[in-house]
Amino acid sequence: MKAPLIRISKRDGISGFKSLMIRVIAVVIALMICVLLTFAFTGRNPIEVLSQMIDGSFMTSKRRWEFLQRTMILTCIAVGLAPAFKMRFWNVGAEGQMLMGGLAAMILMKFCYQLPSLLLLVLMALLAIVFGAIWGMIPGFFKARWNANETLFTLMMNYIATKLVLYFCTIWEGTIGTVKIGTINADSKIPEAYHKGWIGEMFTGNFNDKDYMWVVVIVAAVVILMWAYLRYTKQGFEIAVVGDSENTAKYAGIRVKHVYVRTMAISGAVCGFAGFLAVSAVSRTLTESTADGRGFTAIIVAWLSHTNPFLMVVFSAIYCFMEQAGKQMASVFQLNDYFSKILTGIVLFFILGCEFFTNYYVRFRHSKKEVSKK
Amino acid sequence: MSSVINFLGQLSTTLSFSITFGTVILFGALGEILTEKGGNLNLGVPGIMYIGAIASLAGALKFEGLVNNPNPILCILVCLLCAFVASALGGLLYAFLTISLRTNQNVTGLTLTIFGTGIGNYIGGSLGSVGTVCAENTSRAVKAYFNTLVIKLDELTGTFKIGSLIFHHGFMVYLAIVLAIVLWFFLNKTRTGLCLRAVGENAATADAAGINVTKYKYLSTCIGAGISGLGGCFYVMEYIDGLWETSATIEALGWLAVALVIFATWKPIRCVWGAYLFGLLSWFYFLIPGLFKGSDKIFQMLPYLFTLLVLIMVSLRRRKEDQPPASLGIPYFREER
Repeated sequence: MKAPLIRISKRDGISGFKSLMIRVIAVVIALMICVLLTFAFTGRNPIEVLSQMIDGSFMTSKRRWEFLQRTMILTCIAVGLAPAFKMRFWNVGAEGQMLMGGLAAMILMKFCYQLPSLLLLVLMALLAIVFGAIWGMIPGFFKARWNANETLFTLMMNYIATKLVLYFCTIWEGTIGTVKIGTINADSKIPEAYHKGWIGEMFTGNFNDKDYMWVVVIVAAVVILMWAYLRYTKQGFEIAVVGDSENTAKYAGIRVKHVYVRTMAISGAVCGFAGFLAVSAVSRTLTESTADGRGFTAIIVAWLSHTNPFLMVVFSAIYCFMEQAGKQMASVFQLNDYFSKILTGIVLFFILGCEFFTNYYVRFRHSKKEVSKK
Repeated sequence: MSSVINFLGQLSTTLSFSITFGTVILFGALGEILTEKGGNLNLGVPGIMYIGAIASLAGALKFEGLVNNPNPILCILVCLLCAFVASALGGLLYAFLTISLRTNQNVTGLTLTIFGTGIGNYIGGSLGSVGTVCAENTSRAVKAYFNTLVIKLDELTGTFKIGSLIFHHGFMVYLAIVLAIVLWFFLNKTRTGLCLRAVGENAATADAAGINVTKYKYLSTCIGAGISGLGGCFYVMEYIDGLWETSATIEALGWLAVALVIFATWKPIRCVWGAYLFGLLSWFYFLIPGLFKGSDKIFQMLPYLFTLLVLIMVSLRRRKEDQPPASLGIPYFREER
């Protein structure tokens, strides 16, 4: 009998360097395809295309801050997903949890502007955390109690949150007929409310220069806290055990149902906090696209980084770089904005697919290795 | 009395809207049922529907540009074929990544949604400015219905206008229903359907019984994606009259299709009335006069709330025939049994 053309066998282990190289090669191939694709559409010189891609994130100070801000917020959502994914709980509801957090922040900002600034900010963050946690706990509870499919459950919760936000956008719309609230507290009728509940700039202290240093610092703290929580606390250990084997966890006396609900509350809380950041520090308003699909992107980021919070920063950066690169090319080469989604999709497919080669050997029939072994 | 007649007229218009709306998600959901019965949870349905939509529009435009007086039947065939083949290719990409390269299904599906949304809106947006590009002939062919039949039935039934209600649609509305029946027959009454369900329930057992798991998974994912893509084709050709609008509407409809699969508890026939019910819920606010501001958004929430209720009921009652395929979303590697 002939041996099959392609044989696949599992690797026992792989050195860190080798697995890194496989990923780098995958990203390079993906980038080459992106450049070629842009070349095919526009006929521009590939080197020009590449330099434009880099310019998209790094050319001006505004773009650099935009890149940093988007990376950090995406990281924050992904970090929120980390405990759920470690527990093998498919939380695809980050989009909704983030929107609920944003909604909470927006409501306080709109109605409690009389409070002192710092107190208002703390209250906003807390309420956002509570809203996000509730939105996460509901599917967690139904999974724990009746084993309802969590992927589908959290997915539906997203759209309920989106419609809820749309509802509030309608009843509080700034200009009639726009279904947009507009910048909160920018209304000239209440001048003392202006800038209340906004996270401003760290360096200049005003609200116009758009440096997002506070976002960077806060999310960095969240990353470190989550890393420590997952690695060094008893609860983090419980999450890991439940994720590896629910039965083992039961025999070890871990209250599995309790862990499900608690972990989902934490997961939702961090996503809600990301919503607070997006509203308070970045957009200063809430729309149904405040999450902008980032709840879903964060799933990809969290999965690729194997729930390691530090790697999440790296993958978020890659994603945001591609996004900005696509937007830049779209504007320079007069392409449509959605071009960036195609490029991002290609890069993600390659990063996803290359995982296979870090886990498996692929050998072809008559390959030299095979012969020498015999 | 006149208000009653007025209401009935509005009701029949709303029902007609609901059927058109429901058919878009019905195609998406039927394709997804076929995919999920093979054990693959493809969250790329919105992306696939985008691919199907743009492929059918681009194909139809090309065909109409090439031929002077395009034959309606050929127009229909071209746009259906383009939508099906392009979407099946999208499904193939998903299948290759999840089945051969063993990537995670949820993550791959979400990436496919990003990618498909990009392709659809990029090509759609580059076709020309909004409203100028129109696959007029194809759209007219898809929307054609038996005028005389409708008028006669309307005359017979008076104010209820059964004719306009039931037969005032292009052939794809009925194609979707036929497809649902065929899918039901295939899954429940044929040997191949039984094998496919076996793969979705427990791939290892199916493998041991001599079923080629990889082949079944590949075919069900690709054909399922092709069917989902027809929803995109129907959306472009009938729902928005052969135009293209660069928006997130198809994405929202795609997620609604994923919800519908759960709502219908993976049963094609239940999917049909579920789709019309979702359509009715989305348009229901038209019927109630003097609603509070923003109430349409609350009504649009209902399909998702109903789906959640069904999901909870299904897990509460634990009836075997209502459960998701047992290995849904779980990959199968022979050597890791």
